Amino acid sequence: MTDLLKLSGVHTNIGRYHILQGIDLAVPQGQVTMLLGRNGAGKTTTLRTIMGLWQASSGEITFGSERIESRATPDIARLGVGYVPESMAVFSDLTVKENLVLAARDGPLDDTQLDWIFGFFPALRRFWLSRAGSLSGGQKQMLSIARAIIEPRKLLLIDEPTKGLAPAIVMALIECLKEIKRKGATILLVEQNFFAARELGDSVLVMDNGTIVHRGEMADLAADVPLQERLLGLSLEAHQ
Amino acid sequence: MMILSGDPPRSRVLTLVLVVIILALAATPFLFPGAKALNVAAKICVFAALVASYDLLLGYTGSVSFAHTMFYGIGSYAIAIALYGMGPNWAAVATGIVVGLPLAALLALAIGLFSLRVAAIFFAMITLAVASAFQVLASQLSWLTGGEDGRSFQLPELLRPGTVLISKNMFGFEINGRILTFYLVFAVSAMMILALLRVVNSPFGRVLQAIRENRFRAEALGFRTVFHLTYANCLAALVAAGAGVLNALWLRYAGPDTSLSFSIMLDILLMVVIGGMGTIYGAIIGATIFILAQNYLQSLMGVASKAASEAGLPLLPGLLHPDRWLLWLGLLFIASVYFFPSGVVGRLRHGGGDKGVGTSH
Amino acid sequence: MTELAASDPLPKPKRDIAPILLPIALALLMIPLIGSTSSWLTLTAASLAMGMMIFIMASGLTLVFGLMDVLNFGHGAFIAVGAYIATLVFAPFAASVQADSLLVNLAVLAPAALLSMAVSGALGLVVERVLILPVYGQHLKQILMTTGGLIVAEQTLYALWGPQIIPMPLPASLRGSFILGDVAIAKYRVLAMFIGLAVFIAIQLVLNRTKLGLLIRAGVENREMVEALGYRIRRLFLGVFMTGSALAGLGGVMWALYREQVHASMSDELTVLIFVVVIIGGLGSIGGCFIGAILVAMVANYGGFLVPKLALVSNILLMVAILMWRPRGLYAVTSR
Repeated sequence: MTDLLKLSGVHTNIGRYHILQGIDLAVPQGQVTMLLGRNGAGKTTTLRTIMGLWQASSGEITFGSERIESRATPDIARLGVGYVPESMAVFSDLTVKENLVLAARDGPLDDTQLDWIFGFFPALRRFWLSRAGSLSGGQKQMLSIARAIIEPRKLLLIDEPTKGLAPAIVMALIECLKEIKRKGATILLVEQNFFAARELGDSVLVMDNGTIVHRGEMADLAADVPLQERLLGLSLEAHQ
Repeated sequence: MMILSGDPPRSRVLTLVLVVIILALAATPFLFPGAKALNVAAKICVFAALVASYDLLLGYTGSVSFAHTMFYGIGSYAIAIALYGMGPNWAAVATGIVVGLPLAALLALAIGLFSLRVAAIFFAMITLAVASAFQVLASQLSWLTGGEDGRSFQLPELLRPGTVLISKNMFGFEINGRILTFYLVFAVSAMMILALLRVVNSPFGRVLQAIRENRFRAEALGFRTVFHLTYANCLAALVAAGAGVLNALWLRYAGPDTSLSFSIMLDILLMVVIGGMGTIYGAIIGATIFILAQNYLQSLMGVASKAASEAGLPLLPGLLHPDRWLLWLGLLFIASVYFFPSGVVGRLRHGGGDKGVGTSH
Repeated sequence: MTELAASDPLPKPKRDIAPILLPIALALLMIPLIGSTSSWLTLTAASLAMGMMIFIMASGLTLVFGLMDVLNFGHGAFIAVGAYIATLVFAPFAASVQADSLLVNLAVLAPAALLSMAVSGALGLVVERVLILPVYGQHLKQILMTTGGLIVAEQTLYALWGPQIIPMPLPASLRGSFILGDVAIAKYRVLAMFIGLAVFIAIQLVLNRTKLGLLIRAGVENREMVEALGYRIRRLFLGVFMTGSALAGLGGVMWALYREQVHASMSDELTVLIFVVVIIGGLGSIGGCFIGAILVAMVANYGGFLVPKLALVSNILLMVAILMWRPRGLYAVTSR
């Protein structure tokens, strides 16, 4: 299996802080790769560095056949990387429709694609002309994901989509991400919710203190409670 | 060390330069005869203190205020109005100080509290608006301030040039009231700068720097940033008003051009940037370089302008005219911020590093 | 009970109309205070005209801040440059300016305004590249650099045109007033009102009806996300900056005609005024800027009529009052 995204020896400094301290990771084509770890381990920074929102101070980032570590964010996005930030970052002053119009960079909204999205996010159809700022947290998350998939992307970077959402909405989101995965998307997914991680992940990376401390199959980690406790300070049982 | 509050210049060259400047200033009445040299030296003293107080705001809290000349002006006008109204006596000097300094501090408090209530980004704009309103007010309330003409006044007997304290045949130098005034200016300025050095090296000063680096973190650590910033504003205003008092005493005059105009604000900004933000010492260096240049280079510009016009060159005579001094100042200012953001002191300390310059929002 | 299944419609977002009512209330309140209806009408018309001119000058500043978080203390320079450039066109065509024909007058006025906008816009390009790009993201240095830029621009104008005031006569057909009963409204003010309104409507249409406008609004809210969607926001910003500079230039021409004179110091005077306006309106908000400009002009006109002494500090009082009510300005657009 080919790797769509590869990071090797990536360091990122933010101000005086050395956040990423030599990240090596690979995201295989067509798989969901989970990025787990405690708060402050550097997961969000990893995604932001891939996206070019922080500049890597050293190391290589390869996307497909292109080196992207010194490219600007818009150029990285144009290569086919979709980004769903932790804060969701919907444009709250714009309507749901306008948010998606902007996300469909290359032209008018595609109706089939829209119907597909409305299929698992019916709320977006209902509030089509409402200001995104008036949506609930879950609906904003849906809009944020919809924005990333309204056009076909080669790679999706999704940062903690289930954070702060009610359990029922989390379930719906998991279903949606599974659907996206079935369509063949490649996803690098940061998640704190181990249940969601187990449901979605093919392979898993665990971060701590700015480095990758574990890599393997999601199923293996899900089955190995002592390993979970050691890596994440929690066990799957305790979390359910 | 005690007197420097444990914050020495930390560079051999810098120490040497500072010592030379201070000795030269102290010995000006004896080394450089003539009224002009003494005027320049007095102005350097006053501005060193004024710029140091501005550095407390710009360099240590990272906030840009355009109201600093207002406080300077309040000090100047307070002393001028008191001496003008009450006659040349010490009671008037005391009255000017007792009214002027607290007034400046109160106004700083009001602006501080108000600005801190509103979005932080507004601070620079608000201070600019307030300062310009104050400037208009000062020129309109001519019954009090003398309007555009300002107020000239006489000093108490002791400080007048005619008062000979030590006659010439004693040491070969005459010590008169003018020289006494100079040393008054020198000593008070030095005291104010040392006091500021103490402030920035106190725990309070460290908190200010923490706020400059990251306001949210400072708040999260439990510091009441509102209190600290307002306090810094008031201290800076007090010293600025003090410098204003000295300025008026030296000039025996207070008017819009010498104490309130926007170009003084620009001078201060330039001096603090040239000297080095966030160092206090930079104020002394910046003031010295700037005022020497202003007094001696400006006349050179006149010569160059004349030469250019005699040579029949287009445009250059206009650009080099001494009235266009501000043009070159502005260019120098941009260049300093861009190429030289750590100023002379930063260069001497770190050999050109870009450290210690606020990049905070 | 999932949110997905909830079928009740969203609550309509409340439109925040209090700021819109503010100038209307202020104007109505002034009727009894001023006493004479004709004076009130004249003053109100004067306020609206002045407000529109200030709005044109300030709109670029507020958008530039909103979009890129850039505080441009040199915005006033574009105003003065615009005014000076217009004098270049007016001087050789003095006869046409004085001809008593609206068409002939406009044949000078329109090219003068367009040239001013072009030069101010081009200057905006230079300023953005030279002064703002190198210190991007650093407020302190932005303020210092652009303040330096303002001084340099002002002094260059003095060097090129000399320190004297340059007269800028109103075209003949725009002089005088429309007389309606006992109310006199200066013709030029009516024109200024129309131009200001047209600019406001044009900006609103672009912001609300075009993809470019959506991008600008989205960028005001979250620059990074716009970039993450693949848009090169730097170019967008440069475009907005140049447009804002050009509008400042247009405002400069209009202001010069209003005062019938040009002087480099107008940039200082107007800088303070437009700062007050963008603060009152809320940095980044066009609507707030529009209302703020009208409020400032109303306070200046009504205040100057009722309590002339107060006019000196009326702007500050207005600003303090508004910020006490809403600390981030009438409409807080950005989270910054």
